[in-house]
Amino acid sequence: MQKITRETLIEKASGLISNGTVTSVLGWKRGEFDYDITPAIFETVEEITKDFVWNDFCGANFSKYLISKTSKSEGKILVFLKPCDTYSFNQLLTEHRFDREKVYAVGIPCEGMADITKIKATVNDGIVKIDADGENLLVTTLYDDDAKVIKTSDVLAERCVNCKSKKHVAFDELLGETGEVIDSDRFDEVAKIEAMTPDERFAFWQNELSKCIRCNACRDVCPACTCEKCVFDNPQSPVENKAPTNEFEEKMFHIIRAFHVAGRCTDCGECSRVCPQNIPLHLLNRKFIKDINELYGDYQAGAEEGSRAPLVDYTLDDIEPSDAVNRRDTDA
Amino acid sequence: MLRIGVFVCWCGSNIAGTVDVEAVSEALKSEPGVVFSTNYQYMCSQAGQNMIIDAVKEHKLDGIVVCSCSPRMHEATFRKTAAAAGLNPYMVEIANIREQCSWVHKDMATGTEKAIILGKAAVAKVALNAPLTPGESNVTKRALVIGGGIAGIQTALDIAEAGFPVDIVETKPTIGGKMAQLDKTFPTLDCAACILTPKMVDVAQNDKIRIFSYSEVQDVSGFVGNFEVKIKKKARYVNEDICTGCGACVEKCPMKKNPNEFNLGMDNRPAIYIPFAQAVPKVATIDPNACNMLKNGKCGLCEKICTAGAIDYKQKDEIIEEKYGAIVAATGFNPISMDKFDEFAYNQSKDVITSLEFERLTNAAGPTAGKLLRPSDLEHPHTIVFVQCVGSRCENCAEKGKEYCSKICCMYTAKHAMLTRDKYPDTEVYVFYIDVRTPGKSFDEFYRRAVEEYGVKYVKGMVGKVSPEGKKLKVTASDMLNNKQLHIDADLVVLAAAIEPDKSARSIATMLTASMDTNDFFTEAHPKLRPVESPTAGVFLSGACQGPKDIPETVSQASAAAAKVIGLLSKDKLTGNPCVASSDEIMCNGCSSCANVCPYGAITYETKEFRMPDRSTKMRRVAKVNPAVCQGCGACTVACPSGAMDLRGFTTSQIIAEVDAICR
Repeated sequence: MQKITRETLIEKASGLISNGTVTSVLGWKRGEFDYDITPAIFETVEEITKDFVWNDFCGANFSKYLISKTSKSEGKILVFLKPCDTYSFNQLLTEHRFDREKVYAVGIPCEGMADITKIKATVNDGIVKIDADGENLLVTTLYDDDAKVIKTSDVLAERCVNCKSKKHVAFDELLGETGEVIDSDRFDEVAKIEAMTPDERFAFWQNELSKCIRCNACRDVCPACTCEKCVFDNPQSPVENKAPTNEFEEKMFHIIRAFHVAGRCTDCGECSRVCPQNIPLHLLNRKFIKDINELYGDYQAGAEEGSRAPLVDYTLDDIEPSDAVNRRDTDA
Repeated sequence: MLRIGVFVCWCGSNIAGTVDVEAVSEALKSEPGVVFSTNYQYMCSQAGQNMIIDAVKEHKLDGIVVCSCSPRMHEATFRKTAAAAGLNPYMVEIANIREQCSWVHKDMATGTEKAIILGKAAVAKVALNAPLTPGESNVTKRALVIGGGIAGIQTALDIAEAGFPVDIVETKPTIGGKMAQLDKTFPTLDCAACILTPKMVDVAQNDKIRIFSYSEVQDVSGFVGNFEVKIKKKARYVNEDICTGCGACVEKCPMKKNPNEFNLGMDNRPAIYIPFAQAVPKVATIDPNACNMLKNGKCGLCEKICTAGAIDYKQKDEIIEEKYGAIVAATGFNPISMDKFDEFAYNQSKDVITSLEFERLTNAAGPTAGKLLRPSDLEHPHTIVFVQCVGSRCENCAEKGKEYCSKICCMYTAKHAMLTRDKYPDTEVYVFYIDVRTPGKSFDEFYRRAVEEYGVKYVKGMVGKVSPEGKKLKVTASDMLNNKQLHIDADLVVLAAAIEPDKSARSIATMLTASMDTNDFFTEAHPKLRPVESPTAGVFLSGACQGPKDIPETVSQASAAAAKVIGLLSKDKLTGNPCVASSDEIMCNGCSSCANVCPYGAITYETKEFRMPDRSTKMRRVAKVNPAVCQGCGACTVACPSGAMDLRGFTTSQIIAEVDAICR
């Protein structure tokens, strides 16, 4: 159950549209199903009142949409940002990817988003309706007479269970309260994989990545993947033909992608959320984050606008990479 | 498709001894694009080069692969050959089958196999080569010398002699550096001041040389031939142009108790001071941390006394911007701190001193007017122990000392010991050493004189402990040759402290994008063949900032650096390196990753209007590389997420083609 209500957001959005502060609103709207909430642009108060949605399925991170939206429209756009979205927002600003002047950012608190995969695992197929009721979700399926009651906290997305921060790091205005950075257990899963033998680890990733159907959803949703032209779409790029050469292709694709976002990934978890095959892609990125933290000191991409990621920065105190690895190994 | 020619060099038996050159040229014949392949004893010889020229003409080659030594050795040679044959010189690739193959392999079969693989990679790369044309840039005919010690002075004098204007930037109020603090100089024992101060005067009087004393280099941008430098001239609160250096203010200043840096804190100076009598420029400087007028607005005595009216309490730091064609680093050295060497009781007893302090104690202009007196009670010391290698050659004590040999200590210790015995024959002098190193003209003779004529007691072994007891210093040491322990009651202990680069060197190196070794000495472009050039074009090295050096060596290197600067400044145009990075604007995201990693500051951004496929226009921020500043290191190409940044001559496609060829 979200602490802030849909009505509050609608009121805020309608107000800003009416008084001319913004000309459009980036918000959520219902898709095919109750749990299938998608990003949408609203331009009138009527549209907002009718279609604007805010519930436990509004996981989508809006930051990336600002790139295309601000480059096209002249007016200001209102964007609602959950705490984790603000990190991507900052990171994109750091990379000069959109025009901050054209954005009115409203920070909203988030109690964690539900993971439909986890819900589906506990109920029958054919979900027709999901209602929020206090701390619970009421799930109605085609095959049940009564709605099944599920505790929302039991079906939170992994990224929300291990939420890294309830703090908004960028906004023009805040609705409700902002929270604190959380010392979460998000690296525990990575540590487990690190503890595997190389063969086990290879088998683990072989198993996961072989599910990949190369739909590119992870790349398309990723707020760090904002290249004008992606290397995987560019026949001139020498890596383009590396990914689809053999059965290893998925690994190459995901490994190259992880390298491309290394040091820039804010760990927003969108890649894993949108993966239709449920590959835990965020673990690859978290491994990089964990390594960077251990080798060059704690660094959270997007925590500060304009901060320089350790991998693309040089300071007088920088140590040689080999020394960095030795230091970590002796510390360990 | 290119028509590629492959030329395999035997390098006498250097390559042919471990690589079957015939097999290599035969194997590479069947590589895609190769239309001609041969081998020859010495490809770099006139006959070998003619062979390439003839083959280019006969087989209409438009790409050349030479399998030979390292490209550092002969890439330039073969590029010239290609140019002579009418090809673009950048259509040449070198496969290094000597340093990276024949020299590291013992077995013919594996050596040959690797040579073929390296050749295949080079063929794959040359197939993607594009003709490149270097650009040109102008040369600002003015040099900057950072540091006004003997190294900087000599370099500046030599450059000025050739007719080019030179600026010296010195952080201290006077030029002269460490040499000005020395008493006598080995091995001829001329007094340092007598040979240095005339040179300082030459600098002051030379109309081609400007001295920015009490100044620091604050920022350096630009590139070889076109550096733009900001120099911060710190406020000295005295108008340099008016001050006559009469010293009246120094005498009358009431704030007299400030440690005198020039005498290493062994005596005091007033708040307004001239470091020493022969200072250049000979003008007073006010120490803002000591002056009562500047701190509390009370006093103003010097202003009243100064007949020239040179005192200016309102003076501000001044930033001077100037353009230079070449920059010489001459930042010098300092003795290391003795704080961590508790065993020698340096911080416990005033009578344990460093060798540089000893120089001041024996210098006629020093705190004791040249009389060798113990700092604690100003009595004449009768037993003196010199300890060599304090912090030098520290293999296992890197946390407090240095691994390297400081090079100058053996000689100055011999000098100190000899001069002490000469002036005060009643003094017993011990020198404890690991080895005595005396390579240099007349150096060993000098050391032998100290032992044989002056009776200095040289003991091989290290001092383990110095403990102050009453008026004496109890020295416990080992005599390794006689295998016994020595206990000496000394009056004075002199530590030959290791020397390290001046602390300012690191920030200067960062500004100059010049590289440094782990000890913060500037790295030379080649340790043997380019010892006075930094790897950064247009930056040269003079004196101890490059490594420990005595005066003769420093002066030689200073002149050598000057010669290199003169060579550069005499050119009207510089030819650039065409192997530089460039950004494909269509793909550039403007994310700044490349600019963040560029060590040379070669990348800037501009916002440009782009026409989109749907005929709309879009403003986008895109990267732009200044080809004259870019050194072609390639850091940007790997940082660029979209692959927009590429390095000419080493494109990502070329490198992947090489890897593919190797893995095929």
